[in-house]
Amino acid sequence: MNTREISTGHPAPLLSVRGLRKYFPVKSERFFAPRLMVQAVDDVSFSIEAGETLGIVGESGCGKSTTARLLMRLIAPDAGEVDFAGRPVLTEDGLSLRDLRRNMQMVFQDSYASLNPRLAVQDSIAFGPRAHGVPGPKATAKARELLSLVGLDPDQFGRRYPHELSGGQRQRVNVARALALDPRLVILDEAVSALDKSIEAQVLNLLMDLKARLQLTYLFISHDLNVVQYISDHVLVMYLGKAVEVGSVEDIYHRPRHPYTQALLASRPTMDPEVKLERSPLTGDPPNPINPPPGCRFRTRCAFAEDVCGRVEPALTSCGATGHAVACHMHIPDSSHSRRQ
Amino acid sequence: MLYYILRRVLYTIPIAIGVSLIVFTLVHLAPGDPLSAVMGEVDQKMLAEMRASFGYDKPLPLQYLIWLGSALTGDMGYSLRTGAPVFGTLIDAAANTMVLGVAASFVGFLVGASAGMFAGYHHGTWVDKAVSAAAIAGVSIPHYWLAIILVIVFSVQLGWLPSMGAGAGASVLSWDAWKHMLLPAIALAAIPCAIVARTARACVMEILSMEFVEALRARGLSERRILLHVSRNALPTVLAVIGLQFAHLLGGSILVEVVFSWPGTGYLLNLAIFDRDIPVLQGTILLLALFFVLTNLVVDILQTFADPRISRA
Amino acid sequence: MNAPEAQRITLKFDALTPAPGAMEVPVGVMLPRTYWQTVGVRLARDPYTAACAFILLAIAGAAVLAPWLGLPDPAATNAAQRLLPVGSSGHLLGTDELGRDMLSRLIHGGRLSLTMGVLPVAVALAIGGTLGLVAGFIGGRTNMLVMRLTDVLYAFPSILLAVAIAGSLGAGVGNALLAITIVFIPPITRVTESVTTQVRAMDFVEAARASGAGAFRIIRTHILGNVMGPVFVYATVLVSVSILISAGLSFIGLGASPPTAEWGLMLNTLRESIFLAPLNAVLPGFMIFITSMCFNLISDGLRSAMDVRL
Repeated sequence: MNTREISTGHPAPLLSVRGLRKYFPVKSERFFAPRLMVQAVDDVSFSIEAGETLGIVGESGCGKSTTARLLMRLIAPDAGEVDFAGRPVLTEDGLSLRDLRRNMQMVFQDSYASLNPRLAVQDSIAFGPRAHGVPGPKATAKARELLSLVGLDPDQFGRRYPHELSGGQRQRVNVARALALDPRLVILDEAVSALDKSIEAQVLNLLMDLKARLQLTYLFISHDLNVVQYISDHVLVMYLGKAVEVGSVEDIYHRPRHPYTQALLASRPTMDPEVKLERSPLTGDPPNPINPPPGCRFRTRCAFAEDVCGRVEPALTSCGATGHAVACHMHIPDSSHSRRQ
Repeated sequence: MLYYILRRVLYTIPIAIGVSLIVFTLVHLAPGDPLSAVMGEVDQKMLAEMRASFGYDKPLPLQYLIWLGSALTGDMGYSLRTGAPVFGTLIDAAANTMVLGVAASFVGFLVGASAGMFAGYHHGTWVDKAVSAAAIAGVSIPHYWLAIILVIVFSVQLGWLPSMGAGAGASVLSWDAWKHMLLPAIALAAIPCAIVARTARACVMEILSMEFVEALRARGLSERRILLHVSRNALPTVLAVIGLQFAHLLGGSILVEVVFSWPGTGYLLNLAIFDRDIPVLQGTILLLALFFVLTNLVVDILQTFADPRISRA
Repeated sequence: MNAPEAQRITLKFDALTPAPGAMEVPVGVMLPRTYWQTVGVRLARDPYTAACAFILLAIAGAAVLAPWLGLPDPAATNAAQRLLPVGSSGHLLGTDELGRDMLSRLIHGGRLSLTMGVLPVAVALAIGGTLGLVAGFIGGRTNMLVMRLTDVLYAFPSILLAVAIAGSLGAGVGNALLAITIVFIPPITRVTESVTTQVRAMDFVEAARASGAGAFRIIRTHILGNVMGPVFVYATVLVSVSILISAGLSFIGLGASPPTAEWGLMLNTLRESIFLAPLNAVLPGFMIFITSMCFNLISDGLRSAMDVRL
């Protein structure tokens, strides 16, 4: 399976995604109206090296969660290629759906809804292994082992039902469930967003700890910039289904290039009570994803928008440090934008 | 909202076609020839001629199309038993059933809504418990049995009201007609009354738990005015329920009509079944089912006007 | 006497206990119970349900054991002892229009009447439940097709459809059973489909799919347990309706035929005797009423024990 890695001597990324796309049809009120599409994820590409954490940030509705569901193949993409550990996913002689899901697992945002209310938590955790042919008692033993790994005493919690646990405990169970198949990559879709701040920190630390112990790779999706900064090695910023900027956590948080990234960072609440925001750096709502503006999708809210932004869609272009890329005409060398940076 | 209504109307068409298809198929499920059942032992040549004259010799799909085509123009053939045109017989019977259905719905609505609202308003009291118990009894009671009990008490024992027929008088408004209608209407009203009472009770309780009621109280409105507000809010739901119940009544009145020999569609259907009078059987079921579909449609549309949120769902 | 409206069902999972997060259970204070154990305990504490279950068990038990209870032959006529009043010596509940013992006939009648009430619902539950589960789980076009077909059957009032089918097929217990079964398939399909669709959309089913499990295993482990409760509650309501309709069919001569003991049929044949022995004439209907009401109350009890909103 790892022939390619060995032959090149240059490890392929654990996950590489090229041109991922998903449009959802919109149910129309009218009879003969043209079929409208929500461009939930439009031509998104990125890759994750083994052992690192890629954070995806963006406002709600920007396509973060859809990306996660596309990667898990919970919904089918319209276009795009995905390679896992150097092997194409779901092609002939590529990785099968079953293999993909054994290697890639996901933790959902709603800790309550993502556990079957009629199953004891250890049975929920054991479900995955059993579906992959592990006999019942062995799967249960594995589930109990995982419970203690995520910091829950199996004797105390194993036979409980989801409603008998607190939000933080439930999310630990969800993490254990995701780990039950010994995956190499775990997608965390807003996995800590619904938790209280103190609990959130505990679960985040647990995640960091598990990552080191089990040599995991994370795809961490969140709208919370601080949390993403804390946990990620690389960050991808999404806006209306598009990747607008990608780079190392240093590049994104200290040298943001895209006006949207800059505005997002500027709108972060600060810890310093003396510093007050003079005006909100981001005004208005994102435009309707059914009819995204042509050209650059951010230009309707961008202070630097010019003629060219309405005509040409900016491509993700490498800038500055290695791995730092941005989709903005101000950073594309031969665009006709007046402000060149 | 207009689109919702239009869609709802258009959706009724395939349902209606499906209904007609079922009605037609049902009747041909029965073993044997519709005519031989009626004619008994007759000579074969005559039977074949009769068959041709009724169109029973044609292939079934063709029979269906012919039947549907003529039914749409108001021609439903002739009764095999009496020879009278089915359409006319059916209209007369439907009018009788309609009168009964309206009366029963009216009684059911009046009694059910007031009892239910009262119970909901005095939630938890013995009145509330009594109404709830009565409502459960109301949906569990076999209404044909209730009909018999009513006859025993009011016709046999007390001798106040007649136990059979619709009365000789031609006018629906005559006292005699009223007397004949009273018992069957009460028997039929049991179920809608119980269902309306349940709905009204739940509805009033839900509204009373909303914050705007608190606001009304805070503004110093009298309890009577508040009750008025609450009932106005509960009314659309309750009316929708009684509308649907009315549709069920027309189709479900057969048992009560049999007890009282009430000359409505149910009674007609009963006779047609045991006479194996196919044209009447088909016509009656079709009419009742289509009416049911239509009433549901009307109730749905009226509800959209009362509560615009529905059309968005 | 119609199948109750089947559309609006809201699933509520979290209400069995206080709001999630509100309770941090200390160790050993409470032995965790399965959901069904909780429901069982709640049911046992509900006096109405217990009383109804007792009455139904008594009626059904007597019906099953009828031949061995030392009752008079339910078919033995006696011209000299017609319409004896309730409380006569040797005939506790009197006799019918042919001098047959009423008590014996009412008990024996329970055999057919209860069967005709329960069997159609059980068969419809198997067929409609499967249809609804498949339609709800697969969704898309299959769902559309199944649901539109049930819509057509749903366009008839229950009693009319039952009478129409039974009337077309001809009188007889078998045809009546078939008719009522057909009547109940669409509403059960609808309820199952609606609940399944709700459950399927939940994150834990998504998570189960993400674990790579097959459809069959997901349905068995994650869907069935969550769908069964509400559907079963609905089915118990339908039994009470089924008892009313099946007795009604016999009442107008489309179900059981004389001299069989069956409550609806007895009500019909005794109708001629309301002048002479009104109390006897009313008794079979009372049995129908009581059984139907018990099933209704049990359904109510189940509903609140499972916390299903129908």
